[in-house]
Amino acid sequence: MNQPIISIKNLNLYFGKQHVLKNVNIEIPQNKVTVILGPSGCGKTSLLKTMNRLVDLHENVKISGQVFLDNEDILKDNVDITRIRKKMGLLSQKPSPLPMTIFNNVAYGMRINGIKRKRKLRPLVQKHLIEANLWDEVKDRMNDPASRLSIGQQQRLCLARGLAVNPEIILADEPTSALDPLSSTIIEKQFVELKRDYTIVLVTHVLRQARRIADYIVFMYLGEVIEQGPANEFFENPREEKTKAYLKGAFN
Amino acid sequence: MYLKARKIKDRISGGWVQLVLVFVFVLPLGILASLLYKSWLIMQTTGIGDLLFSSVWRPLAGEFGFFPFIISSIWVTILGLLITAPICLFTAIYLTYYGSNRLSVFMRPVIDILAGIPSVIYGVWGVLIIIPFTGRFLAPLFGYESTGFSIMAGGLVLAIMLIPFILNILIEIFRTVPVEQYEASLSLGATQWESIKHVVVRRSFPGIVSAFALGLSRAFGETIAVLMVVGNVVGVPENLFQPGYPLPALIANNYGEMLSIPMFDSALMFAALILLVVVVFFNLLSRFVIIYLEKRQ
Repeated sequence: MNQPIISIKNLNLYFGKQHVLKNVNIEIPQNKVTVILGPSGCGKTSLLKTMNRLVDLHENVKISGQVFLDNEDILKDNVDITRIRKKMGLLSQKPSPLPMTIFNNVAYGMRINGIKRKRKLRPLVQKHLIEANLWDEVKDRMNDPASRLSIGQQQRLCLARGLAVNPEIILADEPTSALDPLSSTIIEKQFVELKRDYTIVLVTHVLRQARRIADYIVFMYLGEVIEQGPANEFFENPREEKTKAYLKGAFN
Repeated sequence: MYLKARKIKDRISGGWVQLVLVFVFVLPLGILASLLYKSWLIMQTTGIGDLLFSSVWRPLAGEFGFFPFIISSIWVTILGLLITAPICLFTAIYLTYYGSNRLSVFMRPVIDILAGIPSVIYGVWGVLIIIPFTGRFLAPLFGYESTGFSIMAGGLVLAIMLIPFILNILIEIFRTVPVEQYEASLSLGATQWESIKHVVVRRSFPGIVSAFALGLSRAFGETIAVLMVVGNVVGVPENLFQPGYPLPALIANNYGEMLSIPMFDSALMFAALILLVVVVFFNLLSRFVIIYLEKRQ
């Protein structure tokens, strides 16, 4: 395995008295699809939100440990959070287009980061919509409100919006759970395409989805990492008893 | 037998529910009709144009020009809204996006208490605090002389009274913005303030408009607190530090006392009619604005 892009060391996360992540150690390889797998409520989403520090929004959060992104500990107090977040595009469970037009949704992040001219923005918006496999469907209705798109299109719009700030990593939190099978397939295919240029961290509880696209698997249960490793090893020779039970469908 | 009794009961209660509904629907129409009926006389004799735009107020001579009152009402209302708008917006943003949960749990009852204080108390407090403040400090600051009883004092008292009313609505509106959208903006590298400005405020814009429109309706009709500080001198105020005489104060001060003067009764009903029409107009307008804005989003 080449140099990991994110490495998490002894991470503990508490919401008040609730111990959500227990001594988590993970290494996420670059330009691969890493799937964080586990039954609902095992801390997958919290782990993802720790990586771009959206957990900061919660009250009574206590974090210890280190999360290295490009060899920089992002949990330190003095890091520039907006810069860290920009390195990671987030795709949430329910697509959440911003309350503006399709064009402005994609342009939003670029405008925030200083590209204001429409002439400059237009080709970039197009490029990212193509990357997200949405361009052909929306090219004639760029000024429609984003909320008029179908859910599946909205999720791809959110992907394009995330790609537009040139992240290194795409964090996806069960991005297909609200989508129909066809839209899910499109998103999955897109991830496989995108891993040439990006690192993808996908949270899911759908085992089949993990089998289809994962290169590397992190299996979590009740806040702990039970097992992690390359996908084929994980599925063919699971080491831990809990993993074997999960693969047989015990926790679903 | 038993079934029959139940059916009868059902029919009676169903009818009762409808009757109450009709009552609620007819009530505003009834008020409008009686105001129209009572003010018909003066509209006939003086004409609506003269009533609205004449500044001559000589009831004994039978001349009723409402322009000074209308202008006073407009000034006081606009001033009140302008002062209260930023306070409410920023407080609501702070409470929903910056302050801790504990703070907003603490602030909710505080706001509710402010909303529940009888307006006469705001009026007394205005006389005690706002009047000297306006007369001795604010007016000289802007280079005017004033006793303190003025449009400005009315606007300030009104602004304070509107805070709990508008603030509560704004907090409710901001709470309905999905946290995912806010997080999405943050995760694109936007700062907290950028996310609030571009996502939260933008998404809540129709709601914000309607909150202020409702506040405006309320402000326009607020009577007693404004009456106590605004001076109640008939005349078109030339600046904000002169006294004014808003429509509600005119009605409250005179109804029941001056009715021996011919037409006065009818004139006051006309004032009430203006109030009602303006309030209804702004209510409807805010509704249309909301529908329009929501369609665009």
